Amino acid sequence: MEILYATCVGVLVTCGLFLILRARTFPVVLGLTMMSYAVNLFLFASGRLNSNQAAVLGQSAEYSDPLPQALVLTAIVIGFAMTAFVVILSIRGRADLGNDHVDGIIPTRNKESQRESR
Amino acid sequence: MGHLVTLPILLPMLGAILLLLPPCGKNVKIRRIASQAFALFTLIVSALLLNHSASNNIEVYAIGNWSAPFGIVLVSDMLSTLLITLTSFLALCCITYASAGDDEDGSFFHPLMQFLVMGVNGAFLTGDLFNLFVFFEVLLIASYSLLMHAGDKHKTRSALHYVILNLIGSSIFLIGLGVLYGMLGTLNIADMAMKVSQLTGDDIALAKIGGLLLLIVFGLKAAILPLHLWLPKTYSSALPVVAAMFAIMTKVGVYAMFRVYTIIFGEQAGELAFMAQSWLWPLAILTIAIGAIGVLASEDLRKLTANLVIISVGTLVAAISMHSVMATAAALYYIIHSTLMIAVLFLLADLISVQRGKVSDRLVEGRPVAQPYILGGGFLIAALAVMGMPPMSGFIGKIWLLKASSEINGVFIFWPVYLIASFVVLIALSRAGSYLFWRHSNTETSKEVAAPLKISVIIVLLLCSPLMVVFSGPISDFALAAAKQLHDVDNHVNTVLAISNLGAK
Repeated sequence: MEILYATCVGVLVTCGLFLILRARTFPVVLGLTMMSYAVNLFLFASGRLNSNQAAVLGQSAEYSDPLPQALVLTAIVIGFAMTAFVVILSIRGRADLGNDHVDGIIPTRNKESQRESR
Repeated sequence: MGHLVTLPILLPMLGAILLLLPPCGKNVKIRRIASQAFALFTLIVSALLLNHSASNNIEVYAIGNWSAPFGIVLVSDMLSTLLITLTSFLALCCITYASAGDDEDGSFFHPLMQFLVMGVNGAFLTGDLFNLFVFFEVLLIASYSLLMHAGDKHKTRSALHYVILNLIGSSIFLIGLGVLYGMLGTLNIADMAMKVSQLTGDDIALAKIGGLLLLIVFGLKAAILPLHLWLPKTYSSALPVVAAMFAIMTKVGVYAMFRVYTIIFGEQAGELAFMAQSWLWPLAILTIAIGAIGVLASEDLRKLTANLVIISVGTLVAAISMHSVMATAAALYYIIHSTLMIAVLFLLADLISVQRGKVSDRLVEGRPVAQPYILGGGFLIAALAVMGMPPMSGFIGKIWLLKASSEINGVFIFWPVYLIASFVVLIALSRAGSYLFWRHSNTETSKEVAAPLKISVIIVLLLCSPLMVVFSGPISDFALAAAKQLHDVDNHVNTVLAISNLGAK
């Protein structure tokens, strides 16, 4: 289970990082979302992975750490709000700047194609 | 003191909510007065707490009466009360300044400002690392929206960079917290300080990774060298009164470094003792250097001031990396001085850019300002203070820091870099002043005169600098005591953990 879990988090972080490094806002937003999924999974695992253990005392012989679950819940809520904000902001950026590049200008090799793109 | 500790967080929150409701939400006048009143109450409460902590008290408040390692605690010691008083004072000044007209350029200025104060005060007061993350997010989301206040194209672009960078920062913060929680089993700062010395074997390396991940985040918030690139653009594109309030935000990152790397990874941490300081030392010096280059290269007054923020952050981080009581005390004095002076420079840049019309605050020949004596005099005082010339507060902070650094090994690198940077600031500010006030392309002045309210706020802020010199005795005594209290980790840990145990019984 540990290997599967770790691979999952690792793949999500890799994809997230790759997408964040793209220069368009839409992939960046997707990348941020993937990163926050990975972070949530990671936080969840910080209380150790184990099965058949209740988070409430007295429900089973051994109990699991309930705190990471509370932390993940908080992180999810905050991540939601932040994603909503960045989506709105990138829509605003698309409207204000005329394209969806994060710098607001699409870099081009030569001047002629720059003129064409305008 | 009891519940008073929660008020610097609760008052701005209540204020923000009330400001959205009908009587304040509809009428501009009522909204302005209510906002200022809430800021004033927050300032009074903070001052009371400051007065209470001045006798070397550490007040611990267990939220919901859950004892310390399990519940969240608020810790108000001398360092945090000093900083919340500074924040509340700055917020009162900025809100009053904005009430002269800037708040109506966009919507929800006052509620957002209150939320920002809530986030900053919460970050200063909390004794729990995860709670620190939550308050970081509160202040960040308020700052995102304030940055877009009265927005245009440039603001959208720099806001996009700022938001994306900080979201990545938040992810890294959470990963760091996850690693530390996995190793230490606690997120309470005092409890972590106790457990970090008991780590063995591979756990030490993992805890080190967690701690250094946090360093990246705090470095991003504070804008130290490789992570400072967002700052000049963001601060110079924000509305000046918002930028003035943002002067405190880099200090939140610096404060977090102080807390985490003096208490958790401080001298008692065994192998992990002072692990961040060796990284911070070269970065701090390079930050000062790059800030000085930025100051020289700036084309307008707001960019110049934004680069001054970077220099001040570099100075503070250098003081952290010296990890001595003297250096910390000097840094505390310097924090008050630099926050207020940078804020006043942003506000002056606002008035100057309005009165110079089309050329705005760019450093080129233009129309003369309408009130050369008030603005010029104000600029002179603020500039003298920032560059650290004798009659002003910057001088004392600078001398103290230089004296504190004379005991360490790297003094032969630090002194030249720091003093040359100060000299560069002197050149850049003299150049800026002579362009703004003496070189005119024509003689007709603008009719626009600054609102008396704005001028009075600027005068109040400017007065702080000579006052900090006059009262430098008590202030430096307080800073020294606060620094001693911060470095006395055992006392901190015992107080936080013991009092909450008492509460549980």
